[in-house]
Amino acid sequence: MTATAGYGQALDLITRVGGVRGAMLVSAEDGIVVAEQLMEGIKGSAVAALAASLATRLRRAMEAAGVGASLFWHLQAEGGALLVVPTPNGILVVAVAEPDVNVGLVRLELLRAAEVVG
Amino acid sequence: MADEIKKLSSQLAQDPDSLVFLRLAELLRHKGQLDSAHRVAVTGLERHPHLADAHDLFARILADKHDYERAFDEWDMALRIAPTHIGALKGLAFLYFKVGDVEQAAAHLEAAQRAAPDDQGVAQALALARGGQVPQDTPGTAPAAAPSPSPAPVEEPLPAAAQPLEEARVFAGLEGAEEGLLLLDASGRVLGGALKNAQGQDVTDAVAAYLAGVSQEAARTTKLLGLGKWTGVAAEGRSGHVHLTAPTGDALLLVVRDRAVPMGRLAIIAQRAAGAARRWLEAHG
Repeated sequence: MTATAGYGQALDLITRVGGVRGAMLVSAEDGIVVAEQLMEGIKGSAVAALAASLATRLRRAMEAAGVGASLFWHLQAEGGALLVVPTPNGILVVAVAEPDVNVGLVRLELLRAAEVVG
Repeated sequence: MADEIKKLSSQLAQDPDSLVFLRLAELLRHKGQLDSAHRVAVTGLERHPHLADAHDLFARILADKHDYERAFDEWDMALRIAPTHIGALKGLAFLYFKVGDVEQAAAHLEAAQRAAPDDQGVAQALALARGGQVPQDTPGTAPAAAPSPSPAPVEEPLPAAAQPLEEARVFAGLEGAEEGLLLLDASGRVLGGALKNAQGQDVTDAVAAYLAGVSQEAARTTKLLGLGKWTGVAAEGRSGHVHLTAPTGDALLLVVRDRAVPMGRLAIIAQRAAGAARRWLEAHG
């Protein structure tokens, strides 16, 4: 399987969950979009940059606090959520979701997608 | 009921992966055989760990056994799997009533009512909540069944932060005030609380430095996505969980606990600490 096909498969796992508006793979280091399946109107590149920046701050803060690197994080907002799983190879698996999404299920699919990505 | 239990037990023995354990444990629970119900539910959960109904069932058994802490965890888990699970919302509302947090109880019942507008039980419980009365029974227990004792709501002591402020630090009186709660301003300056790592070393300043600007970035991200105001960031670490929230404006509140504390409970701790922080910030504004 090519890397691109693997990325598509990983994103499919996430976007098939009800209430997920889109998913992205983002380079954690520079915030660049590696692959995306987003609904129209979502500015992928800008969201990717901010997600990567937040991920870096969180990772450093959590490591400094002694709780280790983050395995999953979830930015909650009144109108929805951004859910993120960092992978060991520096990719962030990101989902944008509606407020009533099944967070537990999205988390599981993000973790599965992270395994596919590597 | 005994025949039904025998029949279900036999079915479960033949097919251990079957979901019949839900019905069996519920029947045992209704019969008051809580230890047997507990065993059946645990075995079922081991095979179906992502089944919200199984966590809800186990929570009700634990609540009947007065093990409210673990019941909370199980209902919290059910909601993480299925955010509109009626049983879990009712269950958490029940536990909030027990500790006197009527506001949270009503909020959970309102969420249950949104998900199931025709559920009369929810409507009745909500009416009781708004009237300031406490539901009598564990959720899922028919009113005619053996009523669980209904202790009066426990009045939580007012956090010291709500007392005369000249004497109170921001999180005084709250659990973890000196090792797991931190209040920062927008630039990462520590306004109150402190953090210690597992070795007992003070890591307050290091953590604060990394969190400077997080509140603004979270706000920019949700604005860009059209998601409205951000309300929190929950993160799982390898050996602990953190929760971030903005009690006011650009201030940032951080709660850190080890992994034994479920994320749902962390959010509640954060909510209470945010209340204390808001009062403190208003008084020191």
